[in-house]
Amino acid sequence: MKKMLIVETRLYLRDWPSLLFTVGLPVGLLLVLGLSIPVMTEAGTSGERMVDAQLPSMMTLLALLTLACNIVPAVLTTYRERGVLRRMSTTPVHPGRLLGVQLLINLVVGVVSAAILIGSAAVVFGAPLPRQPVAFAFVFLLGSAALLAIGLVIAALAPNGKTAPGIGAVVMFPLMFLGGMWVPREIMPDALRAVSDFSVAGPFAQALKDAWAGQSPELGHLAVVAAGLVIFGGLAVRLFRWE
Amino acid sequence: MKIIEVRNLRKQYPNHVAVEDVSFEVAEGEIFGILGPNGAGKTTTVECVAGLRTPDGGTVQVAGLDPHRDRAELRQVLGMQLQSAELPEKIKVSEALDLYASFYPDPADWPDLIERVGLGSKRDTMFKKLSGGQRQRLSVALALVGRPRVAVLDELTTGLDPQARRDTWELVEQVRDSGVTIVLVTHFMEEAERLCDRLALIDAGRVAATDTPSGLIAQVGDEQRVKFRPSAPVDDAVLLALPEVRGVTRSGDQIVVTGSGNLAPTVTLALARQQIVPGDLRIEQATLDDAFLALTGRKLS
Repeated sequence: MKKMLIVETRLYLRDWPSLLFTVGLPVGLLLVLGLSIPVMTEAGTSGERMVDAQLPSMMTLLALLTLACNIVPAVLTTYRERGVLRRMSTTPVHPGRLLGVQLLINLVVGVVSAAILIGSAAVVFGAPLPRQPVAFAFVFLLGSAALLAIGLVIAALAPNGKTAPGIGAVVMFPLMFLGGMWVPREIMPDALRAVSDFSVAGPFAQALKDAWAGQSPELGHLAVVAAGLVIFGGLAVRLFRWE
Repeated sequence: MKIIEVRNLRKQYPNHVAVEDVSFEVAEGEIFGILGPNGAGKTTTVECVAGLRTPDGGTVQVAGLDPHRDRAELRQVLGMQLQSAELPEKIKVSEALDLYASFYPDPADWPDLIERVGLGSKRDTMFKKLSGGQRQRLSVALALVGRPRVAVLDELTTGLDPQARRDTWELVEQVRDSGVTIVLVTHFMEEAERLCDRLALIDAGRVAATDTPSGLIAQVGDEQRVKFRPSAPVDDAVLLALPEVRGVTRSGDQIVVTGSGNLAPTVTLALARQQIVPGDLRIEQATLDDAFLALTGRKLS
C-alpha cells in the first residue's frame, strides 16, 4: 500500500502540466479576478467582500470539480484502457487498491489547493481564515468525497480515455453553474436556486461559504451532499468495470 | 507430476460460446503450448485457468487449487502475462518491478530479475520509451516477480520483430530452466514448434489434438518433398525405383520428389551414382500448419 502510494504519487507529479492546471488555475483566477475587478474587494451590504468567502470558496469548488470530473476519470479510464487494472488483477492485490490510492492522492491535492487558496486570499486580500474551521474541514471532506464519487461514475461510464474528459466537461460545467460560479446563489432566481439546492455542488458550495463566513452550515445542505456521496458512491461501485 | 488439470471447460459470452469443451493437463516443469487461430478460445481458456474468468462448466485445478474458489492462493502460485496489457506511460522499469514485488509476500529479488530479462540498462527508462520487445520482457519479469510455480504467457511475441522474438524465446527457455512451468498461448506455428514440450491445438473452442510438436506432425504422416534442378537429365524411373519415393512430378526443369523416411539422402545418393548434381536442393517436411490443416480442415494463419 505504501509503495503503491509512493509510485502513484510520483506518476501524478510527473504529469505536472495537469497538476499545474488543477492547482494553478483556481489560485490564478482568485488573484486575477480579485485584483482586477473592483467589485470583488468592495464591501457589500452585509459588510462582507466577495474575496472574503464567495470567491475563494468558488475557486475551491473549481479545483475539486477539476479533480473529480477531469483528472480522476482521465487517469482511471486510461488505466482501464491500457490494461493496468487488468494486469493488477492477476496479482494478489485487487485493483480496487489502486483506485483507493488514486482517490486519496486527489483528495490530498484538493486539500493542498484549498490551503493555497485560503492562504492567498488571506495574504493578498486580507480575507479571514475560515471562521468555523471544524465545520469547514468537515464540509470540505464530505463535499470532496461526493464530487470524487461523481468522478468515479464518470470513469465507470466513459468508454475510453479519450471520451472521459468530454463527459467530465459535460458534467462539470453545469455543476459549476449550479454551484454559483457565475451567478452567486444569493441572486439566483428562486426556480434556479431550487435546482441548485439539489445539485450537490450547490449545497456544497453554500455550506463551504457559510462555514468560511462563520455561519453554521445548514443541515439540509449537508444532507443533500451526503446523499450525493451515498448515491454516486453506490453507483460507482455497481457500474465500475475493471477491463 | 501434473500441475494444471482442465476438464471439459466451457465458457459462454452473451453472444457466443468462446470455449466449447477443452480438456488438457500440464506437467510440472514443461512448456505447454496452446496453439490455434485467432478467436479459437485460447485466451479465454487461460483466463479461466488464471481465475480471471469464471467457467460456465467443467473443472480447472492449478497446483491443487480451484482458480475461482481459491483466488487469493492461486495468485501466489500463478503469474500471468496478459495479451496487450500495458503499464502507465511514465512508470520506470525499476518502479514497476519494485511495485509489483510489493504485492507478494515472498517476491523474487527484482534487481536480479531485471538483469535476467536483459533490461539492466533500462532500469530508469519510462515504459513509454521501451521498444515492443523490451515491454514484453518487462511483462515477463512482472509475471515472475512473485516467484510463481506456473507462468502463463499470452501472445508473448505478437507484434515483435524477428530478432526480438528470438530473444524472447530464449528468455522463455531460461525461465523454464529455472523450474517454472510455462503455459504459452500462441498462434505462431514456429514459436510453438521451437519452444513447446507439448501442445494442444485448439480450434473453435475445442481441443483438436494434444501431443508433442513432432507427435502432432507425425499424425499427419511423415510426407516429405525434395525439390531440385538436376545438372543433367534424369529418368523418372531411376527415382521411382527407390523404395522411399512415392511420386515424381516436374515443373519446368525442377523435379519434385515426394515420399517418406530417409527420402533426401536416398535421392541425392541415387543422383550421385548417375553423376548428377541436384542444384537448388530443398527439403520440405510437414509442419504444425499441415497438422492443424489435417486435423481441423482449416489453415492456422
